[in-house]
Amino acid sequence: MWGRFLRQRLLQLIPVLIGVSFIVFLTMHLTPGDPIEHMLGQAGRITQEQIDELRAHYGLDRPLIVQYGLFVGNAVRGEFGPSYSHHGRTVRSVVAARLPATLELTVFAFVIAIVFAIPAGVIASLRPHGLFDRLATVGALLGISMPGFWLGIVLMIIFGLQRHWLPISGRIDLALVPDYVTGIHTLDALLTANGPAFWSALKHLALPGVAMAAPMAAMVMRMVRSSMIGVLAQDYVQFARAKGLPETTVVGKHALRNALIPTVNLVALQTGLLLSGNMIIETVFQFPGLGKLAVDAIAAADYPLVQAVVLIYAVSYVLLNLVADALHAALDPRVQIA
Amino acid sequence: MLKLLLGNRVAAVAGLVVVAFVMLAILAPILAPYDPNEQHPEAIRAAPFWQADGESRFLLGSDSLGRDLLSRIMYGARISILLGVVVVLLTLLVGTGLGMLAGYFRGAFDAVMSRIVDTLLAFPFLIFALAIMAATGPNLVALVLALAFKGWVDFYRVARADVLAAREADYVTAARGVGASTAHILFSEILPNIVPPLIVLAALRMAIIIIAEASLSFLGIGVPPSIPAWGTMVADGRADIAGAWWIATFPGLAILALVLAVNLFGEGLRDALDPRMRQ
Amino acid sequence: MAAPLLEVRDLNTCFSTYRGQLRAVDGVGLTIERGETLALVGESGCGKSVTALSIMRLIRRPGRIVRGEVLFAGEDLLRKSGGEMRRIRGGRIAMVFQDPLSTLNPTFSVENQIVESLRIHRVARGKEARERSVQLLEAMGIPAARERLRSYPHELSGGMRQRVMLAIAVSCEPELLIADEPTTALDVTLQAQILDLLGQIKEERGLATLLITHDLGIVSQFSDRAAVMYAGQVVEEAPVAELMEDPLHPYTAGLLRCVPRLGRPDVPIRPIEGSVPDMIALPPGCRFAPRCPEVMEHCREAVPPLYDRGGRRMVRCYIYRQRSFRQSGANPTGRPGAC
Repeated sequence: MWGRFLRQRLLQLIPVLIGVSFIVFLTMHLTPGDPIEHMLGQAGRITQEQIDELRAHYGLDRPLIVQYGLFVGNAVRGEFGPSYSHHGRTVRSVVAARLPATLELTVFAFVIAIVFAIPAGVIASLRPHGLFDRLATVGALLGISMPGFWLGIVLMIIFGLQRHWLPISGRIDLALVPDYVTGIHTLDALLTANGPAFWSALKHLALPGVAMAAPMAAMVMRMVRSSMIGVLAQDYVQFARAKGLPETTVVGKHALRNALIPTVNLVALQTGLLLSGNMIIETVFQFPGLGKLAVDAIAAADYPLVQAVVLIYAVSYVLLNLVADALHAALDPRVQIA
Repeated sequence: MLKLLLGNRVAAVAGLVVVAFVMLAILAPILAPYDPNEQHPEAIRAAPFWQADGESRFLLGSDSLGRDLLSRIMYGARISILLGVVVVLLTLLVGTGLGMLAGYFRGAFDAVMSRIVDTLLAFPFLIFALAIMAATGPNLVALVLALAFKGWVDFYRVARADVLAAREADYVTAARGVGASTAHILFSEILPNIVPPLIVLAALRMAIIIIAEASLSFLGIGVPPSIPAWGTMVADGRADIAGAWWIATFPGLAILALVLAVNLFGEGLRDALDPRMRQ
Repeated sequence: MAAPLLEVRDLNTCFSTYRGQLRAVDGVGLTIERGETLALVGESGCGKSVTALSIMRLIRRPGRIVRGEVLFAGEDLLRKSGGEMRRIRGGRIAMVFQDPLSTLNPTFSVENQIVESLRIHRVARGKEARERSVQLLEAMGIPAARERLRSYPHELSGGMRQRVMLAIAVSCEPELLIADEPTTALDVTLQAQILDLLGQIKEERGLATLLITHDLGIVSQFSDRAAVMYAGQVVEEAPVAELMEDPLHPYTAGLLRCVPRLGRPDVPIRPIEGSVPDMIALPPGCRFAPRCPEVMEHCREAVPPLYDRGGRRMVRCYIYRQRSFRQSGANPTGRPGAC
């Protein structure tokens, strides 16, 4: 049953992915600015032949549609050719080197947001208009009204510069980099039982993680609160109490599960926004991940690299929605998964 | 009663703040103490007036080129509000129009549209806007298009869903029964009924657009550097946060204040226009 | 005579609203003997559901129980701790609600929801709980009970859901069942089936029942005695047959005249004029006075007490002032509630 569900959903993703890849490809190619000139900008005097040779080398002399076909064929295999701006390296290797950092930061921010937002939303819903609810509501409004880059900078000023509690840039103290296992520093440090490295990596994640998590936590908190308020007024909650269940079971089992159903899709949507937040927060905190890589690649007109990163983000976003749908179906027996 | 009143009072205050920002933007040439681009080499990174070493000439201090922060913030309101309004209107018109057509006629048009919308939703907006802007360089037309590129989808979805519901409603059936034309039904019968949720959405989208524009400007690929913009100002101040925290802090506070007011006002509108959505 | 199973004395439950205090239950007194069925009758909003929830101590903010005693087997439930009360809820006193679709949790299977009760009250666990669940469903007349355990509420019909709810309610052998409009959401044929089932359960298990309903037809078939509520107060209490034949209170009489009587086309249907009073700004005297066809001057001045007419009949009406044995019941003076 689940196999069929996933297969069906995956098939539905194909047109979306074709659309995304086509737009990515087209924008990159229809925009002015010749990557070859860009690459050779500092190389002094170059003959037209050399330029043509490079064009041929990168396949830039072929018809657009052929280039797109090649692009998709290669992209499926994870090949995006050589990077224009990281000389002598393939896009794949450049991306692979940065992916773990972004993964680490994004997962960290996701966990902060969820761990904070769900309990806060539940507690707020138990006493609507109570003190906690009012504080949480105001906090959430601030969270969604604050630009992430500014929150990042304010956190830097307060916790990094005025109090020297937390580092304001980088992933880890470079003297403490743990042995390579996965490339994810916190995980590697745990796997190699390297306490100082773990602590350093965690401290470097704290400020960017919080800055990234804030808007998502705010949105999810509001959603959990309002759906919990709706669910708590339902007869089945009262019936659960009438059965003699303790309030923790009534709220934590009967109410929360129902309240999470509408929340799951919002979480997926917000995680997508978290991904785009990568670029800004990684830029603010000089965090060497994919987002920073994308910003730098755009500045350097490194088409293949930009294409690869945009596609990675798009595919993760699409997969996130798939996970959300599956989770939705798992939580709500009324959803037909077949 | 008190609570309802208080809720409305919050929205009313928020509305006043929004109006104040608009007035500030319009009257910036009159109200601003300095030209926003005027440099004061003798007073670089002057502290705000309440600081021990502050200068009373520059109420909120000055930046690394000696430009008055307060004046720049006032002028910065212009571009934020202007772009917000233009982008929201554009996306409102496009999204509502397409949504109404898709909802009313359904069929092939709706099917194609829903594919397009799915694709756009899967798109990492910021990265895409970044790519467009990087290619074209900072210019306002490209910025509007980049911000509008995905923004119409929300209006599309609301309009489509509401029209889908409305076309089955009795008042539409009745209009059809007396022989009203499709255009009449769409614009005179259905449109007035779907306007309130669209207005609410427009207000909430405005908040999002202002933040998105500031983010792009912060990355240096939004508003051209010659025009004072809040995002650019925060980026300018980033290098100085160790010594002159105010340069990055105050423009961001302006964004926060405006976006917060817009959000509160939008939510007040929602409560007032659409009691069903009240929590 | 042994103490009654349930005795409610001078129960007052109020709700804080932005307009002021709403006295939803005002000095209500009720008695239910073991195995007996008492019907609590009244229009919607008269406080009958709030009375039931107060007995279960399930009143939530902004409501609160202000005063009174709820003696269950001689012990005051209002003085029980939260933990003691939880053991009683679903254990010794069970409750079923009006709409079985919204009362069963849509996200949990039937088995989960029955076993949960059995486990929390330590009746059975594991495999035994599962077998008990099957037996319960079978006893409620659910065919293919074992397969039904895996079903979710949305997969069951309305009558089936009501049976599942009853199975949960009786799963821990309660002594008292509170049924809040148990058949209102069902259509007539199903109503009859569920009422039959309720009767059967009562018979087999010797269950006392508090049946809350606005349907006088159900009252006469199903209960031993009935208490009529109006605007938060009990206005009349009597054995069912006598209440139907000879209603004392003008409101009860009015209610009965609203119901078409089978085989009596000569008795016209007449609605009660006027509407229920504003529960926050109550009239000073008898709450029914503004609508009462037999209103006297005195009725508008003070709330009448409950008069004991003998033969387990009580009525809250000045008409019976001279002819009563004594004043009795809760709130005998009709003093205002404590909000």
